[in-house]
Amino acid sequence: MDFALGEGMEALRAELRDFLDEQITEELEARLYRTGGSYDARFTAAMRERGLLAAGWPEEWGGHGHDPVELGVIRDELQRADAPVYATGTTLLVAKALMQVGTEEQRREILPKAVRAEVIIVLGFTEPEAGSDVANAQTRAVRDGDDWVVNGSKMFTTNAHIADYVLLLTRTNADVPKHRGLTVFLVPMNQPGVEVQAVHTLSGERTNITYYNDVRVHDRWRIGDVDGGWRVMMTSLQEEHSGGYGARIDRLLEEAEAWARDATDGGARPRIDDADVRERLARCATEAEVARLLQFRSAWMVQTGDVPEAEGPMAKLFSSEALERAAQDLCELAGPDALRSYFDPTAPRGGRLEHALRFSLGTTIYAGTSEIQRNIIAQRRCGLPRA
Amino acid sequence: MHRATLGLMDLELTTEQRQLVESFAALYRKHAAPEQVRAAEPLGFDKSLWGHLFEIGVVAMAVGEESGGWGASPLDLALVAEQQGRFVAPVPAVEAQVAARLLARLDGPLSASALDSALHGDRLVTIALHPARDGRAGLVPAAAVADDAIVLAGDQLLLVPLADARTPVENLGSMPLADVTLVDDAEVLASGPEVPVAFDAAVDDFLFLTAAALVGIGARALEIGVEYVKERKAWGVPIGSFQAIAHRLADSATALDGARLLAYEAAWAASDQRERHSELAAMAFAFAYESARDATYRSLHFHGGYGFMMEYDIQLYYRRARAWANVYAEPRSVYRRVAEKRYDSAQEVR
Repeated sequence: MDFALGEGMEALRAELRDFLDEQITEELEARLYRTGGSYDARFTAAMRERGLLAAGWPEEWGGHGHDPVELGVIRDELQRADAPVYATGTTLLVAKALMQVGTEEQRREILPKAVRAEVIIVLGFTEPEAGSDVANAQTRAVRDGDDWVVNGSKMFTTNAHIADYVLLLTRTNADVPKHRGLTVFLVPMNQPGVEVQAVHTLSGERTNITYYNDVRVHDRWRIGDVDGGWRVMMTSLQEEHSGGYGARIDRLLEEAEAWARDATDGGARPRIDDADVRERLARCATEAEVARLLQFRSAWMVQTGDVPEAEGPMAKLFSSEALERAAQDLCELAGPDALRSYFDPTAPRGGRLEHALRFSLGTTIYAGTSEIQRNIIAQRRCGLPRA
Repeated sequence: MHRATLGLMDLELTTEQRQLVESFAALYRKHAAPEQVRAAEPLGFDKSLWGHLFEIGVVAMAVGEESGGWGASPLDLALVAEQQGRFVAPVPAVEAQVAARLLARLDGPLSASALDSALHGDRLVTIALHPARDGRAGLVPAAAVADDAIVLAGDQLLLVPLADARTPVENLGSMPLADVTLVDDAEVLASGPEVPVAFDAAVDDFLFLTAAALVGIGARALEIGVEYVKERKAWGVPIGSFQAIAHRLADSATALDGARLLAYEAAWAASDQRERHSELAAMAFAFAYESARDATYRSLHFHGGYGFMMEYDIQLYYRRARAWANVYAEPRSVYRRVAEKRYDSAQEVR
């Protein structure tokens, strides 16, 4: 057993930090925050140049063939720097799914552009009336000759306003159990009947609700079999297995520690000398360590050919809830000053505590709520029966 | 970008480690079944089990060959401690190992002879986890059954013969605890500046080994709870199908996996990342305690009224999860130790 990542990994990390320090300027951070964006063309170009976009892909696709543990380090550093990678992330996720279940024509047409993020692809799974129960999608697709006609709406289609395609989960058969009547399409956004409406969120990120009114999609844009959409979903979501928010907790903790060294108790004593402050920082540091270990265990399992079917959810569940706990507690720790907003010139540590509190709330919800993760862990790890 | 092909994180146990775990597990299966654990109450010591453990080297493994032992790695010791926890085995294995490792770190003829008799099984030596105050060390683990206790008193480490110095204390965890008086025939093992450093290292040992034992307690308690809620039915279905139950067990499964990784990491750091070892040992202890505390509570509670009955095994785990940890300290003070190691010390590499 060896818990060291090794010199090669530390060199990779150092290189990433240099790259991100240079690229993620305060100006960029502020602009992204003000506009709610999670995409930046210049940053994306720099990622592409470094081979970081499709980092896990073979070189012929512009990647470096990084393995799962290395990808974990890359993901951590991008997260720690709050790099705008969400749009490229969903694009690559879809590219990976096309690689596995797409037709020759789809791959030829989409993949070269997707792995270079020259197109943006967003996810259209969730609906206003179907969140965690995603298989309950009601957006209809009805066959009409070589076309399908789509009607419905999708919720939280983040980046739809700048996207070229949406990976759309639709209902094509209402007469079978819900998981068996779903079909997935890759729908070009630039066409009549597609409407995008902004949705603003607590953390400042802009997302969207998208409407589809008699949108025509040629059958060649169907991904996988008719009524075989659930399998496509499972394939594309497999990729999310080893994610987590440990690096966000690390960053938050660093900010809180810096605050505790700067702030004083009214006299000259720094707050970090206070027993209560120390205990709370140490608890956060402990949970950050646990989050990091759970995430790396998942990555290591993937690396060694295992599927972390309960361990991935454990990493996601623990790290997101630990982030939420840490953000709440460290904001309370910093007292009234923690209320000063992100990028307000009077805020301690640039208002990162306030922003962490807002940001943390999404993490226990998207990519499978904590409750969904617990269901999976209860079934797959403990062998408990379904509700 | 760099490719990191060397020195990847590896979470696999070696074949030898798996065999080591199996040899202790087999011994505990045979000699520390729940009825044997109960039979050893309230004292909490099974002399014949201790004899078997001693035979397979539970003390000798803890110190290096140069000190007369066989120098198992700290991670090996953690794996063994985890098994002890799984069986809540009534033996002072962690205490004896921590005491032996402390004796091995000290210079001088007295510590050498004390270690020698501990390694030969002539004397069972334990350690007081807190400095003596007013001529007395309270709630010394294993002191009700050991021959000697190492006690920190001022700037001296004493070896206290226990025969006439102890007052056994019946307690929540059925541990062989005793209050110890610093009697006149106590001998000085060491004094001066090396003492606090050596004692602190012993506390680190106690913390990461107990963390591993607590992971074992919590993990077994969770299994007992899971088995129960799969069998027990209410309103015609297994109660484990209710999310109010399943979700809290899923939380415990998650926390205990994290606690195990952290305990192993702390043990690994004892040999491979000295500068973080003390901090990680304290983290591991606090987190493993909280995880085992919650897992034992939840599993007991989900037994309903049966969980409250002495007859069911879950109470054995509930009581020990608390006692094995709190005999040292409650978690908040251990988090403050984490902070001390993290923020104050330019940590000494021993």
